[in-house]
Formats: sequence, C-alpha cells, structure tokens
Amino acid sequence: MIKVENLHKHFDKLEVLKGIDYEIKEKEVVCVIGPSGSGKSTFLRCINLLEEITNGAIYIDGVKVNDPKTNINDIRTEVGMVFQQFNLFPHMTVLDNITMAPMLIRKLSKPEAEKLALELLDKVGLRAKADNYPQQLSGGQQQRVAIARALAMKPKVMLFDEPTSALDPEMVNEVLDVMKQLALEGMTMVVVTHEMGFAREVADRVVFMDGGFIVEQGDPEQLFGNPQNERTKAFLGKVL
Amino acid sequence: MDFLELRWDIIWNYRELFLRGIWITILLTISGYVGGIILGVLIGLGETSKKKWIYWPSKLYVDLFRGTPMLVQILIIHLAFIPAIFGQSYGFMVSGITALILNCAAYNAEIIRAGIQSIDKGQMEAARSLGLTHSQAMRKIILPQAFRRMIPPLGNEFIALLKDSSLVTVIAANDILYAAKVVAGAYNRFWEPYLVAALLYLILTYLVTKVVAYVERRFSNSYNPRKKKEGRVAS
Ligand SMILES: Nc1ncnc2c1ncn2[C@@H]1O[C@H](COP(=O)(O)OP(=O)(O)OP(=O)(O)O)[C@@H](O)[C@H]1O
Ligand SMILES: [Mg+2]
Repeated sequence: MIKVENLHKHFDKLEVLKGIDYEIKEKEVVCVIGPSGSGKSTFLRCINLLEEITNGAIYIDGVKVNDPKTNINDIRTEVGMVFQQFNLFPHMTVLDNITMAPMLIRKLSKPEAEKLALELLDKVGLRAKADNYPQQLSGGQQQRVAIARALAMKPKVMLFDEPTSALDPEMVNEVLDVMKQLALEGMTMVVVTHEMGFAREVADRVVFMDGGFIVEQGDPEQLFGNPQNERTKAFLGKVL
Repeated sequence: MDFLELRWDIIWNYRELFLRGIWITILLTISGYVGGIILGVLIGLGETSKKKWIYWPSKLYVDLFRGTPMLVQILIIHLAFIPAIFGQSYGFMVSGITALILNCAAYNAEIIRAGIQSIDKGQMEAARSLGLTHSQAMRKIILPQAFRRMIPPLGNEFIALLKDSSLVTVIAANDILYAAKVVAGAYNRFWEPYLVAALLYLILTYLVTKVVAYVERRFSNSYNPRKKKEGRVAS
C-alpha cells in the first residue's frame, strides 16, 4: 500500500535520507526505531510530503505522491499523522478540533461530524472532554484527542512520530493502549517510537534506521532477539 | 510663570477651531488606520510568503516606510508624489490620509507578520496533514490564533498613529495642533494653546486605550485561562 523507492532527502547540503527502499502492506504495523538524528522523522514526514522529497519516489495505493500532477491535499486526507507535540488547535474545543477537517474537506454536515467525533472520543475514552479546550487536558489526553482528530478523516494509513516521547511516564500507556486497539482493528500504521516493548508486542515488522539508511528490518522476534547487523546490536544493547 | 495670569478665554474664543481640529484629527487617524490595516494585512501576508516576488517587494515597502521619518513622507506625498501623478494637489486631507495609510500599513504589516510567525509551526503542519490547503489552514488555524496576539500591538499602533497625525499640520491640515498654532500666533501666547492641544490628545489617547483594553479582554486568549494570567504579569 505504501511503496518507497530509493528515497533521498537533503536539507541543503546535509543528506539525511540516503536511499530508502521499503514496502508497507495493508493492515501492517511497522515500527521504526533508531538513534536520534538517524532520519526517522524525516522518513515519516516524506510519506505525506511534509518534507519535500529530493530524489526517489513514494507511492500510496499506486499513486506517486511526489508527482507534480498529484494533488497533495488529497493524499494527505488519506494519511493521518500524529505528532510528538500533539499540535492540537488551542483556540478550538476538543470537539471542534475533531470536526473541523471532516466538515471542511469531507463536507460532512455539523451533526454528522459531531456524531463521528463523539464516537471517536468514546473510542479513546474522552467523550466527557468534548467541550474542553486542549489546555485543560493532560498530555496523554491531548494525544488521544490528536489520534481521534486524525482518525476522523478516515485515513487509510496512520503515521505516528514518537507519540509518547513528550509524555510523563504515567501517561504513556493510555496512549499506547489506544494505538494497540487501532492495530487490532486492522489499521495500517507506521510508528516511530522509542517504546521497544510496544514495538515488540504490536509491530508486524520493525525497521532499524541509522545514518539515513535502513540498516536492518524484520519481524520483532528476529530483530530484537537475533539482530544481524553490528549497529543494530549496539543500538539495542543501549536501549533494551 | 504665574498660572493665575493664564488667559483661558482666548481658547474659548477659538473653540470652533479646536472642535474642528478634534474632528479632523479623528478623521485622519481613523481613515489612516483602517486603510493601514487593510494594506497592512496584504503586506504582512506578503512578508510571510515563500514566493520571492511577493516577499521582497513587501519587505522593501516595510523597510522604506519604517526607515524614513513620517514628516518627510508627508512632504514627499503632498508636494511631489500626488502632484506628479495627478497633476495637481487635492489638499491636505487626501495627502494626509494617503501618508498615514502608507505609513501605518508598514507598521501593521510588521505586527501581522510577527503575529503569524509567532504561531508554532506544528499548527500549520497539523492542519496540512489533515488535508487543508495552505489558505484554509491560514484562515481556520493560523490567523485566528495570531489575531489574538496582534491585538495589543495593533492597539499601540493606533495610539501612535493618533499622535503622529499631528505631523500633518506641516501641510496645513487644520487638526488639533493647527488650532493651537493659530491661537498662539494670534495672541503671541504659548502656554494656553499648546497645553490645551496636549490635553486634547491625551483625552483621545486615553479613550483609545480603553477601547483597546476592551477588545483585548473580549478576544485575547479567551480559550486559555492560564496564558491570560501570564500575559497580565508580563505586560
Ligand atoms: N528542517 C530541517 N532542516 C535542516 N536539517 C534538518 C531538518 N529537519 C531535520 N534535520 C536534520 O536531519 C537529521 C535527521 O533528523 P530527523 O528528525 O529525521 O531524525 P530522527 O531520527 O527523527 O531523530 P530523533 O529521534 O531525535 O527525533 C538530523 O541531523 C536533523 O538535524
Ligand atoms: Mg524524530
């Protein structure tokens, strides 16, 4: 469903991605791990073109995203994204955060959008907070709202960029639980994370990135239990 | 100096001149400000543009008008610019309002640019990742937040413009300051007319301060009780 071919990304002279080839199948959960600065976020952000692609190609359902003829906004409605810093809209209530895009882009009526939003809030356990503003919520709650907001567009894929890294430790699990639930329901997910426990338990495949390359990838048992590459071993030695 | 010797009656004799002066000052200021907001929004957005042919003219405009004295701008517009384009002058009102609009727009543009750029870039990314176009994201997400932050500096700019409008007397606009000058010339007395002029400006700026404070209370961070308190402490 997502096919990445020889992906290169430069920031001016700095080459951050040095040729990534990868394919993500429908309903697959892929966790991306690796040291800081290895290009994980950049890789994720290239998929929905938050970063311009320098070279190579990414296809979503056969549509080349970095083709000048492709409408990038259409692509983005199919690709949900959850950020480390939540990025909820502070001037809108929780409910409005979720209904805004479906109404504006999917042309849902207000009652339809609100019904959908409340269902999603049920799913992340926050229906009671519908009328609150984001600042009145804890970090974990905000991130769950951000997930609901992304889901409201009914995306085919969800991208998560370290969704729990900005959270206090006691809030990490409430967000991971929502993500696990989503995985069980068959959502296609790409998750950049430092939560090795989550990767091991939920991922279908784990990708280890270092220095702008995919150094090693495989199913969790294999990658965590029997890593082949020296760099993978060194990294896992430090984090496990 | 003995205040008992001050002759306030000379002001009273020229009360109509002062009343007209107040009216002219208000008219100049409001016209200049409204025009300055409209033009300022366009130029301010231009300053945030990634397109070079929009960005550079906007930036140049702002630098030009902020980098030169308003008095000089008024004289150039009145004596050179307008006659050169239209072949004649249309009087102090047209020249004055034009100068105030052009000058005010530069300052407002800067406020609007700073307001937009003060919004965390994650907001734009979140909006775009949901499929909003750049202009939808601007309208729904960035500008509503930026606007709240722009209210205090835009209010300051209004007050600054009100005071700077007195510079238009240099092209013989009959505003408050002009009334004072006339009285001073007629009686060869200076305390009374200029104190009255100062007092009138003070009253007008005070009223504007009140309006700005009201607007600020009405809109500023109403969604964010915590930030509101911080803002008070900071200011
Ligand atoms: N907008 C940018 N401009 C210039 N350099 C950038 C930009 N974004 C990222 N980089 C650089 O690209 C490299 C990879 O960054 P990236 O954020 O993808 O790493 P990461 O693997 O997500 O790291 P982390 O675990 O710290 O989030 C880093 O060296 C970073 O400094
Ligand atoms: Mg990152």
